[in-house]
Amino acid sequence: MIVKRIIPCLDVKEGRVVKGTNFVSLRELGDPVAMAASYSKAGADEIIFLDISATNEGRNTMVDIVRETARNVFVPFTVGGGVRTIEDVTRLLQAGADKVGMNSAAVNDPNLITSSSNRFGAQCIVVAIDAKRFDDGWHVMTHGGSKDSGLDAVEWAKEVEKRGAGEILLTSVDTDGVKNGFDLNLTKAIVDVVRIPVIASGGVGHPDHFPEVFQKTDVSAGLAASIFHENTFSIKEVKDSCKSQGVNIREA
Amino acid sequence: MIAIVDYGMGNIASVKTALNNLGYDVIITDDSKKLEAASHIILPGVGSFQAAVEEIEKRGLKEVLQSLAKDKPFLGICLGMQLLFTEGYENGTTKGLDLIPGTVEKIETPYLLPHIGWNALDITPDEPNFVDFQDQHVYFVHTFAANTDDKYIVATAEYGPNVTAIVRSGLIYGIQFHPEKSGEVGLAILKAFLQEVA
Repeated sequence: MIVKRIIPCLDVKEGRVVKGTNFVSLRELGDPVAMAASYSKAGADEIIFLDISATNEGRNTMVDIVRETARNVFVPFTVGGGVRTIEDVTRLLQAGADKVGMNSAAVNDPNLITSSSNRFGAQCIVVAIDAKRFDDGWHVMTHGGSKDSGLDAVEWAKEVEKRGAGEILLTSVDTDGVKNGFDLNLTKAIVDVVRIPVIASGGVGHPDHFPEVFQKTDVSAGLAASIFHENTFSIKEVKDSCKSQGVNIREA
Repeated sequence: MIAIVDYGMGNIASVKTALNNLGYDVIITDDSKKLEAASHIILPGVGSFQAAVEEIEKRGLKEVLQSLAKDKPFLGICLGMQLLFTEGYENGTTKGLDLIPGTVEKIETPYLLPHIGWNALDITPDEPNFVDFQDQHVYFVHTFAANTDDKYIVATAEYGPNVTAIVRSGLIYGIQFHPEKSGEVGLAILKAFLQEVA
């Protein structure tokens, strides 16, 4: 059977890996290609790059990083951040990305999901949803979690599936950076209404948070950044924790 | 020299980099002379069966590939593996290369489709070159899968039914998953094929 995936996420700004806490206060970490290769060797099932560059130079650098990663990393990798047009999708896939993630641009123009999926296949289109709790449910946030789109996250998840997304990367703006575990209620609410894989993101502070989300929801994958980057915990410790709780994972 | 068949279907650069990483010289080509000069032929591919057959025929490669498969190690990966069979049922019925008898049909499963992610291999006991890969995980992305006689099946993966993962008929191999995206295990499986000598 398909195993649960453990995915390290690398936030890349102007060609360097950084980590934001609550999407602000960035701290520089290192070389993205070297870090991706090292995570792949350590047993990561997939790698996600999130480009948070503010400049065109930064975004062009990202294409070079993708090309170099494809030469050195032999597990699937996804690139998101700043993807606005089908030309952006094409450029990243041609550079060697296995999947491309889209977020704000998909909210502004949902046809981007449809046209990219029709052209390249659903399996390489990931829609990132940043959700935040409000009195009337979860809202889809854009612009790095800072702007309320007013869209209901559960309805939006159904819509992106219908439009041909192959996967949803679901980040809880509320738990991101808090290190108290994934947002189980949000994750369950989204996973239960779609028939495509969902990656849970935001809130990991301990390896045990992974088996927790896998046991309490039907989510397909869990993503974390800082616990891996800061060497607080290794991929292996996360997988050992999953295994000890009876969660089916890939041993590497 | 290993030749990767270039017929315009999907990202073939990652297959090349994986082979380069194993220390092999690789050429990506649709030139029949260069294909004939190669020691091993690799047919990759991502996309639909019907579109792939059209692209192969448009380049006049169908007979070339059928003849190459008779005298040198030949590996189809993902869609390239499906093309080895008699016919495929994606977007209607399309004739494949018919190098191995069988059909390519949509997977019937209660689980999500496409079948995406890492799944464990179950190796047929009498395949000495592959026994080491028993229970190893490899990365799949597909909705259609091959139905063929058990005698051609080297490995399956459980996804509701047992999905055909590796097939073999003489020196013709087919791999449904992506060995170039399956970490060290995937590279070792590619190596098992590359050590075949015609």
